[in-house]
Amino acid sequence: MPILEFKNVSKVYNNTTKALTDVSFSVDEGEFVSIIGPSGSGKSTILRCINRLVDVTQGSIFFDGHDISQADKKEIREIRKKAGMIFQHYNLVNRLSVIENVLHGRLGYKSSIVGAVGHYTEEEKERAFHILAMLGLTEQAYKRCDELSGGQKQRVGIARSLMQEPRVLLCDEPIASLDPSSAKVIMDYLEYINETMKITCIANLHQVDVAMAYAKRIIGITGGQILYDGPPEKLTKAQIYEIYQSDEGELITDAK
Amino acid sequence: MQSKQVNKKVYNDKTENNAERAPRPEKQTSIFVKRKRSFTLVFLGIIALFAVSALITEYNVITGFESIPKAVVWMAKQFIPDAKAWSRLSSILKKLAETALVSVAVTVCAAICAFFLSLFGTKTTKAHPLVARIVRIIAAFFRNVPDVVWAMLLLFSFGQNILTGFFALFFATFGMLTRAFIETIDEVSASCVEALYATGATSLQTVFNGVIPSSMPEIVSWVLYMIETNIRSSTLIGMLTATGIGYLFDLYYKRMDYGSASLVVIAIVILVIAIEIISNRIRKVIM
Repeated sequence: MPILEFKNVSKVYNNTTKALTDVSFSVDEGEFVSIIGPSGSGKSTILRCINRLVDVTQGSIFFDGHDISQADKKEIREIRKKAGMIFQHYNLVNRLSVIENVLHGRLGYKSSIVGAVGHYTEEEKERAFHILAMLGLTEQAYKRCDELSGGQKQRVGIARSLMQEPRVLLCDEPIASLDPSSAKVIMDYLEYINETMKITCIANLHQVDVAMAYAKRIIGITGGQILYDGPPEKLTKAQIYEIYQSDEGELITDAK
Repeated sequence: MQSKQVNKKVYNDKTENNAERAPRPEKQTSIFVKRKRSFTLVFLGIIALFAVSALITEYNVITGFESIPKAVVWMAKQFIPDAKAWSRLSSILKKLAETALVSVAVTVCAAICAFFLSLFGTKTTKAHPLVARIVRIIAAFFRNVPDVVWAMLLLFSFGQNILTGFFALFFATFGMLTRAFIETIDEVSASCVEALYATGATSLQTVFNGVIPSSMPEIVSWVLYMIETNIRSSTLIGMLTATGIGYLFDLYYKRMDYGSASLVVIAIVILVIAIEIISNRIRKVIM
């Protein structure tokens, strides 16, 4: 049974800007899917519809068996707990320490007051340190986040979402602001998490070659519509040009 | 080809030589010429404006400037604190301390209220758009009525009382800080707020774990700035409400006791500079 299913989903911003038009696809548990497409094609909107940071205009989304397109406030909280999100700009609370940021992943499980005063149980703290060790951040645990490098910040972002014990990881351009070597570290961790922890990964990526190397399945969208949905091996050059609406020789991957 | 030729004709009269020596893109050069021309026009306009207004108000530039040395000499003679002024130092300092403390109290009270209200005016906390609009209107209203006007309005209800000054400063500070906090919060914490909402955190949790930690330094900085401003304005308001250091200055000034009045001014200046130095130190530590 698929963990996630989009059925004829459309999204229109402010009654004027069409972001998604009649998008349908489904993702099985444990898959590593990469969404590629030009800027503004609706990649981020797809991810944000899943955890309802964005409301769906039409159609329905089934997440873990439930239709979430009309979820109320309480249900939205349940969805968000199960969906960890990783951002291009890490979106950490920079003035707080690494461990505090990681523990933020537990806020969804707490009552408003307990979470507001920042009370965490011993098990939660142990788990946080365990995850930090797994991501090679033990030494940074008490550092402030603004002292970290980009790659380290993104690993804190991953740790925060793992604290949620998520069913699915939504990665919105996770490596777009990173140098090639930190980018590889991050992608390797995502692959490791996907394979060993069986967490479904959906990653928006700008780099077609990275998407082809890591993802088991590629969804290519342009102008809010799916153009390609299948394994990376079957994605032809012509289809890539179509997704990015350009001619041969115009993409950076063509540069020599 | 044609459009290029047309372009060249437009600025032919001035830059032809230049253009030939350094073959720049033609459009760029014409932009520079345009900018220079408009600058000259504005400059000439200002001079004309000055000339016209001087003519209307019968202001003579030369006598105006000539009277400056005389004024300086007069001030130097009158406004040097004499022995009588120094004997009043203790009462001046007492009033000064009172004014400073009231300013600090006002600013802190206003800041607490403003922070609470600003949470409903920001985009990041996703308050209802209508609520956010109302908050912004309230803030704009309180901010755009000057504190002196507030003082004069409140004189009717409270009389010449320290409460009048307190509320006058409170309203103006409250409006100003609400606006400042809304912008600070939107600017500083938008990204981490999105992430916290994505983890399933509630609004209250997001405010305490995301908004407050990330915007606190800016907020403290604004509060310090408003304390400085309020000490300055409380002097003026004190003159209206007959309280604090402003009253003392008004009293001495109207008695033509210029020595004491100037001692008051000197004391205020020293206090404001001291507060500025202290708040700069605090800013450095917290940033």
